Amino acid sequence: MIQIKNIHKSYINGQNNLHVLKGIDLDIEQGEMISIMGPSGSGKSTLLNILGILDNYDEGEYMLDGKKIQHLNERKAALLRNRMLGFVFQSFNLVSFKNAMENVALPLYYQKINRRKRNRIALEYLDKLGLRDWAHHLPSELSGGQKQRVAIARALITQPKVILADEPTGALDSITSQEMMDLLTEINKSGITMIIVTHEHDIARRTQKTIRIIDGSIQEIVENEAGSTKFEVRTQVQSTKYEVASAPSCKHYEKVA
Amino acid sequence: MFDLDRWQEIYHVLKSNKLRTFLTAFGVFWGIFMLVIMLGSGNGLENAVTRNFADMATNSVFIWTQQTTIPYKGFPRGRRFNYDNDDATALRNAIPEIKYLAPRIRGGDFFSTNNVIRGLKSASFSILGEYPEFFLIDPLYIDKGRLINDIDIEEKRKVVVIGTRVKDLLFEKDEEAIGTYIQIQGVYFKVVGICKSKRTGEQAERENQNIFMPFTTLQKTYNYGNIVGFFAITSQDGIPVSVVEEKAIQILKQRHAVAPTDDRAIGHFNLEQEFRKFQGLFTGIRVLVWIVGIGTLLAGIIGVSNIMLVVVKERTKEIGIQRAIGATPMKVISQIITEAIVLTTFAGYFGLVIGVGLLELVNYLLESSGADSDMFYHPGVNFRVAMIALTILIFSGAVAGFIPARRAVAVKPIDALRYEQ
Repeated sequence: MIQIKNIHKSYINGQNNLHVLKGIDLDIEQGEMISIMGPSGSGKSTLLNILGILDNYDEGEYMLDGKKIQHLNERKAALLRNRMLGFVFQSFNLVSFKNAMENVALPLYYQKINRRKRNRIALEYLDKLGLRDWAHHLPSELSGGQKQRVAIARALITQPKVILADEPTGALDSITSQEMMDLLTEINKSGITMIIVTHEHDIARRTQKTIRIIDGSIQEIVENEAGSTKFEVRTQVQSTKYEVASAPSCKHYEKVA
Repeated sequence: MFDLDRWQEIYHVLKSNKLRTFLTAFGVFWGIFMLVIMLGSGNGLENAVTRNFADMATNSVFIWTQQTTIPYKGFPRGRRFNYDNDDATALRNAIPEIKYLAPRIRGGDFFSTNNVIRGLKSASFSILGEYPEFFLIDPLYIDKGRLINDIDIEEKRKVVVIGTRVKDLLFEKDEEAIGTYIQIQGVYFKVVGICKSKRTGEQAERENQNIFMPFTTLQKTYNYGNIVGFFAITSQDGIPVSVVEEKAIQILKQRHAVAPTDDRAIGHFNLEQEFRKFQGLFTGIRVLVWIVGIGTLLAGIIGVSNIMLVVVKERTKEIGIQRAIGATPMKVISQIITEAIVLTTFAGYFGLVIGVGLLELVNYLLESSGADSDMFYHPGVNFRVAMIALTILIFSGAVAGFIPARRAVAVKPIDALRYEQ
């Protein structure tokens, strides 16, 4: 489904040239459910954005469903995103003045499907996700988990090949997070490729593969099996690293104080 | 096609900051309001002035005699002279560009005393000897009866057409004037018509005190011989009256031994020139009004554009979401431009309606109070101008939306998504 070869990406910010992705190679089969992990600034979100055709890349090759994705104009990119991809964001990103049903129907609006038809389809999806009764509520009247389910319904409505989730559980409590993962797993079982960026091990563990990115390159790809000891060890290594990394900034705060 | 989602979004955007929307809209409202008011007032002024031309043939010239200022052919300077009936024939024969030529006499000798008597009533009026052509040059309303005609001229009938004021002063309120006789300077004349000036104010009052009689009757009855007081001439359609004016003056100079260089011997008034001057003035006023109006409108439009920029900035994230899930740049651009157009069109339409409403109110008050002003008459803008203003509005709305729309799609969807307020 997704093949990327030697992808490079830099951000030029004034004088600084920030080399974010340093040659990423990745193959994702149709129907796979993978997670991408890595510390902040490692480039995992950038990778997801490139996969989601939200951002372009400087070097390399990206094939999505057999199509080469390169130098697309905004219109084509928008159409591809609309047809091929579904997005789930950490902050849900629902349109505040549209109710749940209208939010779900929005991608179909851009496909110029008439209002009655797209609202009917949206209701079906909300029904599947158990939100039928909330269809006419505004996002502000929904709980976090409900909002994320609306967002998932919105991602699903165009029947995409791939769903890209950027920290989908980042704003949810642990129980809701697990429910969300149940849901995503179930969706994945229907054949939709699922790519989840996360920094929560509990979440990553529930995917088939975890791709660990550090400093812009893939450090390792781990096949997950529930309760793997190998994984536990890595968690500890990871957490140590975090502590070291955060130490200087603590000192800085002390000075300020 | 009616697109509910689009309107929902527009409504949301405009509603989310009511005060800001109101102030922005007010800028446009004020622009178009001022434009309408100024154009309407300009029209009011113009209507008042053109009304005072009163359907008068604007391609007309009046020629009378003055004193010569240059000695010529043995005559001294300071000589007075008169035109005569032969001049009229000569002019008609020599100048094919003449359409109407009306020799006239103003019975000036008996101007100040009470020259007109009917029964016990007497008053002083202007007595004018006219050809029927004169009423084609400077038309009057016929209140009753008829005007002077060719047979009156030919038979030198003792008939008169009197102004409404004359009738009011000499007759009782519901007395029938037509067919009765009035005595003018000792001679009886039959009243055959009552006429009314087409002008307003003082001019009208003066004209309504005129008594018209056949030119030939006046010449004969009051011993003018073949003297003509002055000429009223119009040119053929499409020919500037100045051509006729020049030729006529030249001929008259020759016929009365006036030096060709003596410009002051012959008095003349070219209505066409006067009319042009007014037209130029009003064109100037109109241009000025449009410049100021468009300027004010432009300030409003810039306000809209500015606010749309702020709105776009505020909604960067939302636009990012929409683009991530498949809104094409075209969709985003058209959305924002529509918003700008809606705002300007609504605000402008209100400005238009209220402006026109105010003009109508002023018009109504002017008319109902009976204040018949020389300076202001029927203010208002015509439909075409209103349509032009509306077109300008919609167009400028689109322009106002264009820059913010470009800004909105210039941001990459990813940057838009990442954007934090």
